[in-house]
Amino acid sequence: MTSLTEDTRRSAEAYGESAASRKSFFTDTSICIGCKACEVACKEWNRNPQDGSLEVLGSSYDNTGGLGANTWRHVAFVEQNSQRIEEARESGRKLVNLGMPGVGPPQSSGPAADGAKSSTAPPDTAEFRWLMSSDVCKHCTHAGCLDVCPTGALFRTEYGTVKVQEDICNGCGTCVAGCPFGVIERRDEGIIRAKVDRAQSKYAQEIPNEGTANKCTFCYDRLVDGQTPACAQTCPTTSIKFGDHEDMVDQARRRVAELREQGMTEARLYGANPNDGVGGTGSVFLLLDEPEVYGLPPDPRVATKDLPRMYKRTALAAVGMIAAVGASFALGGRR
Amino acid sequence: MTTSQHDSHRPPQPTRRSRRDRKAPDGAREVPMVEKPEFTSYYGRPVVKAPPWGDEIAAYLFLGGVAGGSSLLSAGAQLTGKPTLQRNARLTAFGAAALGTAALVHDLGRPERFLYMLRTFKVTSPMSVGSWVLSSYSAGAGVTAAAEVDRLTGQRLPLGPLRRLLNALEAPAEAQTALLAAPLSSYTGALLSATAVPTWNAARDQLPFVFVSSAAMAASGAALVTTPVNQTQPARVLSAAAAVGELVSMKVMKKKMHPAEAEPLETGVPGTMLKWAERLTAAGAAGAVLLGGRRTTAAASGLLMLGASALTRLGVLRAGIASAQDPRHTVEPQKARLEERRARGVVDDSITTAG
Repeated sequence: MTSLTEDTRRSAEAYGESAASRKSFFTDTSICIGCKACEVACKEWNRNPQDGSLEVLGSSYDNTGGLGANTWRHVAFVEQNSQRIEEARESGRKLVNLGMPGVGPPQSSGPAADGAKSSTAPPDTAEFRWLMSSDVCKHCTHAGCLDVCPTGALFRTEYGTVKVQEDICNGCGTCVAGCPFGVIERRDEGIIRAKVDRAQSKYAQEIPNEGTANKCTFCYDRLVDGQTPACAQTCPTTSIKFGDHEDMVDQARRRVAELREQGMTEARLYGANPNDGVGGTGSVFLLLDEPEVYGLPPDPRVATKDLPRMYKRTALAAVGMIAAVGASFALGGRR
Repeated sequence: MTTSQHDSHRPPQPTRRSRRDRKAPDGAREVPMVEKPEFTSYYGRPVVKAPPWGDEIAAYLFLGGVAGGSSLLSAGAQLTGKPTLQRNARLTAFGAAALGTAALVHDLGRPERFLYMLRTFKVTSPMSVGSWVLSSYSAGAGVTAAAEVDRLTGQRLPLGPLRRLLNALEAPAEAQTALLAAPLSSYTGALLSATAVPTWNAARDQLPFVFVSSAAMAASGAALVTTPVNQTQPARVLSAAAAVGELVSMKVMKKKMHPAEAEPLETGVPGTMLKWAERLTAAGAAGAVLLGGRRTTAAASGLLMLGASALTRLGVLRAGIASAQDPRHTVEPQKARLEERRARGVVDDSITTAG
């Protein structure tokens, strides 16, 4: 093995007969209207406590800020002029088409795919546009958080998603640093303000799982019941699609091809490539500009991929230290 | 922590600026090392998250190093017949390991669950590997320290029949600590590097070397403080080797990084800490080698080296946290490496694709 990342095949095998097909999101930002229904549905279903101080952040219509311990869906708002649109179109032209199998004539795999042509054509906005995108945990194929978790609290579910067992997590915080997308976070005092003040008792709330790492569970509790995750269920424009991983990637490829045919060369996929630094993501995005515009890393790489080399350097350093001490005693040991 | 996401909004502080620095055109306190930043971000918000690690973690990095280095000194002292050095090194090692473990536990979000660290063994997690190394090491260090305390107090510890067990375990425990001491000092390099924190990740090839050097220096410093000069000759030699190792590996480490990844190590509060760490390293090691023959100057040099090691750990920890808080340190190096791969003709591994 050249890398020390989790072996996803073995993880799947561990479930035996209860293993299900890998589930994924496909977030098509070209039809996101920024209604934040996904944020609300997520918060309601998972009973996540308040984030921040209810203040206006001065970033278009985004007053949530970003993903965190208490926010598992986050809608980004970016306002752009015609020059930025042209730049995005230009950068999209340079991208490589992987030409993966599965790109072909549309198959009738669902109502969303069938109705795509007529109802999801983006409006023509040559002078000005608003980018809106609902961000979420990527549920990576090679998940940095899961790999570096020392307790085994983070695990690969039978649906191929990544979840924290909040009764196991001891809040060491290694996963926070391990995530290349800045998704997972420890739920503690610095982040949320527990409403203990008498005057604010209206907002008094219980803080569950304080001190442990928290992130999107892919609505594990809904999946085991055969239901759709809350965000995808509530999305009014089907911008958030949910289904089997292969289907989602397939839909994403067809959608981006369709948009590029219409001249929208700024359209691109994010996370659909199994050869990228995280082995492809379980949340595929269709973006209309460079990933960093949305706050996504342009070239994420799971750190544990380089772990064998790091261990080698660590061992070498240890040997060097022993040699240095040995030499010191040889030189200065006898008087 | 004194670094925060609001640091970049602080007004310029002209009195503290060194002559070398130029004034930034936009009045920002820190002048970027790279030219005009060619990057976009989402309202300047961080892309990756800094771990919730406070200064306790820096204290642990320092104390773990003191413990590891001291155990190696103890083993050497045993082989060359230096009983006082051995006794002091053993007591230092256990004290540092115990304090360091306490610091680690205190920094957990759920300290009462600290034993969950030993719930499983995961080779993919340096934190898991390190937890096993630290706990096995501490068990051995505890036995050797207990044996020393028993000897110091003239066998007055109320051990009863356990004293024979303690004496029988002393030699194997010594071997155990000696074996685990170097890994204890170096694994923390992999612990910080196996993350998405830009500066730590970019330091992955050299950080273990910086940390073992820092550990050796701290341990020889502790030996110079605690032990009479007739037995500290090896510690003096070691401090010179450690200082050279520390200064060289830190230089190489910074040089191998993208400028945006190295910048947090050179600017702001962490930069100042690391600058002083460098000065104290040089001063302490020079003092130990040249003036280590007298008890007072030896102890003073030892304190300087302990301070240097502590500052190195704190500086590296805080520089990493600072690097995660500004998206520039994440986005610029990633774009650069993506471009570099594209220029080499590797086009199939980008996360962004046209289809």
